[in-house]
Amino acid sequence: MAIGWYLTVSALIFCIGASGVLTRRNPLVVLLCLELMLNAANLALVAFARMWGNEAGQIFALIVMVVAACEVTVGLGLIVAIYRRNLPIDVDELHELNG
Amino acid sequence: MSAVLFFIAAILAISGAIGVVTLRNPFYSVLALVGHLVALAALFLLLRAEFVAAAQVVVYAGAVMVLYVFVVAYVGGGEEYAAGAALRILGPLFALALAVELCIAMLGTGLSGISGKGAPYVLGFGTPRQIGRLFLTDYLFPFEAASLLLLVAAIGAVVLARRRRGLDEEEAADPDFQRRLHQRRPTFTGTMAEGAGLRVAIEEIEQVRAAVTENAPSRPPTGVTE
Repeated sequence: MAIGWYLTVSALIFCIGASGVLTRRNPLVVLLCLELMLNAANLALVAFARMWGNEAGQIFALIVMVVAACEVTVGLGLIVAIYRRNLPIDVDELHELNG
Repeated sequence: MSAVLFFIAAILAISGAIGVVTLRNPFYSVLALVGHLVALAALFLLLRAEFVAAAQVVVYAGAVMVLYVFVVAYVGGGEEYAAGAALRILGPLFALALAVELCIAMLGTGLSGISGKGAPYVLGFGTPRQIGRLFLTDYLFPFEAASLLLLVAAIGAVVLARRRRGLDEEEAADPDFQRRLHQRRPTFTGTMAEGAGLRVAIEEIEQVRAAVTENAPSRPPTGVTE
């Protein structure tokens, strides 16, 4: 398959993830949609690595996976902390830092 | 053959992504993401990225998603609040505009590379041997930075989600500690009141509130809020 097809799939997944981040209000689902966007970027990186015949893009994809894992651990830790304090698990209600 | 596999995997990946966004129950969203990740691993295999595909399945669909399932089970699915009316319309519109823009960018570049099948395949492309060699030679600094980042994230997660345990009887009876506990402050501020155990704090708060309403019924109890 031509590389352009992979890039199209990657663009579609990225846009689906972006719409999810904007419309969903449960922080768990927002984190899942962030994962979708990161994975779309991963797919594009791997596709470009294939296009050039150079593994550097795959290295980038692995680093992005590490960053995603870190983001998940910290984000889920925050959600557990929010739950422990009996605050609503809703990104619109958690606006205390909003100036 | 590869075209058939590509379309199957691509359709599964996109439908998994749509499932993550549209399903109401977060638990089903997580399961849809697992399906999406496995389909994406198949796409990585088609792109000759064997090690990335294996890492995707083992680390992502395995470990990270188990973490998600644990947290969803702990927090509970929870009632889903509907998004505001403006965002519910503007969000998908923004995504659609982004998709159109990306497609125009890709079709309009005229890059000859993206209409080809990529560079000729050399034996050993994307194998763990090659990836490991690159990680320890050309990309040593990103590798070390990633390990440091993982350490920081692990410590951060432990600090964020640690259990704030209550004190035992002897420590709770300490007069200095009692004095600090009786200071007026908003509840659930993450201060000593929480460190002393929520139950003790709530009892104290109830007593203070009863005293305040008894002494000055007209004035609302400032500083003691729910």
